[in-house]
Amino acid sequence: MSLNFLEFERPIAELEAKIDELRYVGDDADVNISEEIARLQAKSRQLTEQIFSSLTPWQIAQLARHPQRPYTLDYAERLFTDFEELHGDRSFADDPAIVGGLARYRGEPVMVIGQQKGRDTREKIRRNFGMPRPEGYRKAERLMEMAERFRMPVLTFIDTPGAYPGVDAEERGQSEAIAHNLQVMSRLRTPIVCTVIGEGGSGGALAIGVGDRVLMLQYSTYSVISPEGCASILWKDSEQAPAAAEAMGINAERLRELGLVDEVITEPLGGVHRDWSAAAQALDGVLHEQLTALRALSTEDLVAQRYERLMGLGRFRE
Amino acid sequence: MSWFEKLMPSRIRTEAGGSRTRSIPEGLWTKCEECTAVLYRPELERHLEVCPKCGHHMRIGARRRLEWFLDEDSGSEIGTDVTPVDILRFRDSKKYKDRLVQAQKNTGEKDALIAMSGTVHEVPVVAAAFEFSFMGGSMGSVVGERFVRAANAALESRSALVCFTASGGARMQEALFSLMQMAKTSAVLARLREAGVPFISVLTDPTTGGVSASFAMLGDVNVAEPKALIGFAGPRVIEQTVRETLPEGFQRSEFLLEHGVVDAIIDRRDMRERLARIIAMLNGRAAPAVQPQAAIEG
Repeated sequence: MSLNFLEFERPIAELEAKIDELRYVGDDADVNISEEIARLQAKSRQLTEQIFSSLTPWQIAQLARHPQRPYTLDYAERLFTDFEELHGDRSFADDPAIVGGLARYRGEPVMVIGQQKGRDTREKIRRNFGMPRPEGYRKAERLMEMAERFRMPVLTFIDTPGAYPGVDAEERGQSEAIAHNLQVMSRLRTPIVCTVIGEGGSGGALAIGVGDRVLMLQYSTYSVISPEGCASILWKDSEQAPAAAEAMGINAERLRELGLVDEVITEPLGGVHRDWSAAAQALDGVLHEQLTALRALSTEDLVAQRYERLMGLGRFRE
Repeated sequence: MSWFEKLMPSRIRTEAGGSRTRSIPEGLWTKCEECTAVLYRPELERHLEVCPKCGHHMRIGARRRLEWFLDEDSGSEIGTDVTPVDILRFRDSKKYKDRLVQAQKNTGEKDALIAMSGTVHEVPVVAAAFEFSFMGGSMGSVVGERFVRAANAALESRSALVCFTASGGARMQEALFSLMQMAKTSAVLARLREAGVPFISVLTDPTTGGVSASFAMLGDVNVAEPKALIGFAGPRVIEQTVRETLPEGFQRSEFLLEHGVVDAIIDRRDMRERLARIIAMLNGRAAPAVQPQAAIEG
């Protein structure tokens, strides 16, 4: 897979192009240029480290939306066995923008739920760019209740620009669908671990994001409104998105500092899209650790602690 | 309450013990923004800011709303000492801190939600209302915390919780903290539900975004004032997404009633009586002694 480089990665892209060129030359010429390639590769690595050590929130937002970033099903494939996707909300339709189903995680049954984006144009449209409709949230809610009944933890994967703002979504009660999930998740009698893997877009993300632990991948984002949306409302200019991203503090490390996120999962150098298996491995380590800690709690303690955590959200003077 | 009494200055006491005077209207005559009828202000007041000619419900402030809703002198304010802080030092074209000071000066309120415990036709309730003119009634940490305190007060006294919403959604200047208020407020309602304490959500114009997609939709009974704009996404956002003009009446109360989202549409002038009756039934109390509506219709 050839990598798509983002604007701020241009120096890396140029270097990588040079390496490819050399490789091509190396194939038909007699000269030994492997040393030169190795030297450039080291340089590329160094450059990547340098660029990635000081990313702005806006650059992170672009990484979170990177077209080659692994999506929910890509993680499901690498983290779980026996994944059985379950479809539909039992009253209206199946929403392909949210996937869910039974799976085994390290041998134990779990319920997997996540927003799903599409890779190519057709799939993107089918998945509605990862923007769920009410039936998607209602499917998620159905699966969560099922997880509670059969005593299995819920693992959610958040990756959405937001809940779909369309006429049909409004007709079928988008607000109610989201609100209902928030309430159900606050009281569900089974562990819930939520991981933001890409874009955590507002209420559409939170609707599967209320849990005992909230984790974020290093270059994922979580915000109340997209930087573009915030900029166009508060600055009256969507070009100010980088400033809005900065002001809102949408990146994982900042949100951990603010106490809104429990743990940040370090991504492979250059971002998870460069190495999907390394990404899954990093996630696996943290997920397992958190889940083990939660399983040790009694259901009463689990639900009480979750409630306390929710009540502690917010900063005000008193 | 007779119409004459309604003309009197309010006497609802706050925890601080001070009484407030109603803002004095600029002129004696005003125009209905809907039917353009010229209205006599005292008459409009008597009709609780509902146009006597066309029934258009005008927006009203939170404190006035609660004064009208609760029995006279029954209100005692909750959570007045919870006030906002600019934790993120948020700055767009203006500093959030300055926006707060401005909003506080303009409205005389500390933040966008006011909560009181009191009675409605002698039925005990805890009632909260949004001040839309305070930064668009946006929900930040203070709104979330005051809502939770109101809900807990209802839980303790086992009296119904009523909330009048008028909000554009989450407060962007508090970033993710504001989003989390959706989870916080919905969670406390789960407790009321488990305890069998009723929650009545009254959706007024406008209720959108994060407020609509959290506690506002979680009423045991959801009611709306006529023709209020209620939705998840604002009409402009939807128009940009679907790239077509939205149908007449889209996202209005009547549309929500038709689509099964609200239980009933209630005229503001009937709100006290209807809600008192509903709450009394949910709480297993005797029917409240309700005065006929004729008093204000005449």
